[in-house]
Amino acid sequence: MNILDVKNLSVKFDTPDGVVNAVNDVSFSLGEGKTLAIVGESGSGKSQTAFGILGLLPKNGHTAGSVKYMGTEILNLPEAEMNKYRANEIAMIFQDPMTSLNPYMRISKQLTEVLVYHKGMSQADALKESIRMLDAVQIPDAANRVRMYPHEFSGGMRQRVMIAMSLLCGPKLLIADEPTTALDVTVQAEIMDLLIDLQEDFGMAIILITHDMGIVAGSCEDTLVMFGGNVMEYQSTVDLFKNPQHPYTRGLLEAVPRLDQDVDTLSTVSYDFLTGAKS
Amino acid sequence: MSEPILSVRDMAVHFDVRDDDAPGLLTKTKKLKAVDGVSFDLMAGETLGIVGESGCGKSTLARAIIRLVDATAGEAIWMGRDLLKLSDADMLAVRKDIQMIFQDPLASLNPRMTAGEIIAEPLKTHFKGMKKAERREKVQRMMEKVGMDPTLINRYPHEFSGGQCQRIGIARALITNPKLIICDEPVSALDVSVQAQVVNLLMKLQKELGISLLFIAHDLSVVKHISNRIMVLYFGNVVEVGTSKQVIEDPQHAYTKKLIASVPIPDPEKEMERRVERRAKRAAAAK
Repeated sequence: MNILDVKNLSVKFDTPDGVVNAVNDVSFSLGEGKTLAIVGESGSGKSQTAFGILGLLPKNGHTAGSVKYMGTEILNLPEAEMNKYRANEIAMIFQDPMTSLNPYMRISKQLTEVLVYHKGMSQADALKESIRMLDAVQIPDAANRVRMYPHEFSGGMRQRVMIAMSLLCGPKLLIADEPTTALDVTVQAEIMDLLIDLQEDFGMAIILITHDMGIVAGSCEDTLVMFGGNVMEYQSTVDLFKNPQHPYTRGLLEAVPRLDQDVDTLSTVSYDFLTGAKS
Repeated sequence: MSEPILSVRDMAVHFDVRDDDAPGLLTKTKKLKAVDGVSFDLMAGETLGIVGESGCGKSTLARAIIRLVDATAGEAIWMGRDLLKLSDADMLAVRKDIQMIFQDPLASLNPRMTAGEIIAEPLKTHFKGMKKAERREKVQRMMEKVGMDPTLINRYPHEFSGGQCQRIGIARALITNPKLIICDEPVSALDVSVQAQVVNLLMKLQKELGISLLFIAHDLSVVKHISNRIMVLYFGNVVEVGTSKQVIEDPQHAYTKKLIASVPIPDPEKEMERRVERRAKRAAAAK
């Protein structure tokens, strides 16, 4: 059975200027332990797709369509029902680890409260488990560092804390929204490698939201390319890079300068496909 | 490319910061060595890329050269004169020849000024006698040159996209006919499709006008594409400098090697191999 089946998901926002269709008819499915990349530029709707799935939209946001988690419909569940899925089954990490962590709370408190709330653990057990998880994300000297505050960690270490927090309840699906965009490239490589290693150890499926085609190439079985709230292309990552079907995908791939290739001029993305003109 | 137009020698920028680890009750300070003895030459018409991770001192170095921050030591010889020793009036005159483009296109434009006023501002500073009509004509020609519709001259920054705002920033930098433009992460806030347009524009303008570029960025792929030579900074020090080809294909310093191994390549098979290599290296380092 698939972990996640998304059918015709759409996300709309009521705004003073009328309805904004942020996501239109997005469909995909994700098998157990697999990784899907959702790639697109700013405003493509890639993050809103994830927020829609998890029911994290602001009050003026509405979703339609179907999202089945292990065969059960979870779209538009009441908040109390949805909370049973969050953290326990589906967890999420965000781009900026500093704004996702509470600056006034020790790491220990932030990690243990997840376990106390969702798993009903005692404080002592929760702390033990938290330290074990910080070890798993390779934070050195976890037993002591768990007492620290977020500002005492570097950006990369904070993102490791976020990953540890998201994995505490053993979710079967992790949604990572631009998890390395705020990090230096050497740290980015470490975090991406860590995510893949953890995926092998814990067996969770991952939805990776990113704008970076290089990251997609390294980590994901399937790729969904979005533009303007619509799916441009959805296929296996290897085929997507070898033989991109949609002109927008081709444009994106060619617009990025590459370390392993030389070109005189970067090609720019053509938007002719929007008007039906041939590129 | 014979004589350097800019020679930076042993430049250092140190900041006093609070030392929380110092013993005793009184507040103590320690030195943060943001730039610590950097030397390089920039030739006329050349693009020198400066790469390094956040906090390595690349922006501080650029700011020290045009004296937006005070250098602690060193020299910046610009056409035979040390910029760091110039009087304010002399420095103002030099600023006509050295312009800067910033990272955040919207934040570096005054929201209360129109595109035309923003682009014309350097002319008001450096060419005080210029007539209003002439200024306007120059601005419109410059807007065309950077690929903007000159009829948008009276629009405000918020009415433009990020890429268009960056074009306004480029037009403002070019309007005084500078000899050097310092670009501090000019494309890192832009989507890749827009990034390609702005990079192409900068390269085209440089070729046409023969200006030199100091191109600061953290994205090694972009820096390699645009630069003749690359300088790698690490904790305020130059660890490597060479032609783009040398630095990318035959890196000498361990940090440069790590940086290159970390840049993702949009090719699934290559990326898989690189991950296996990185994993093996880490396993070896852990032993």
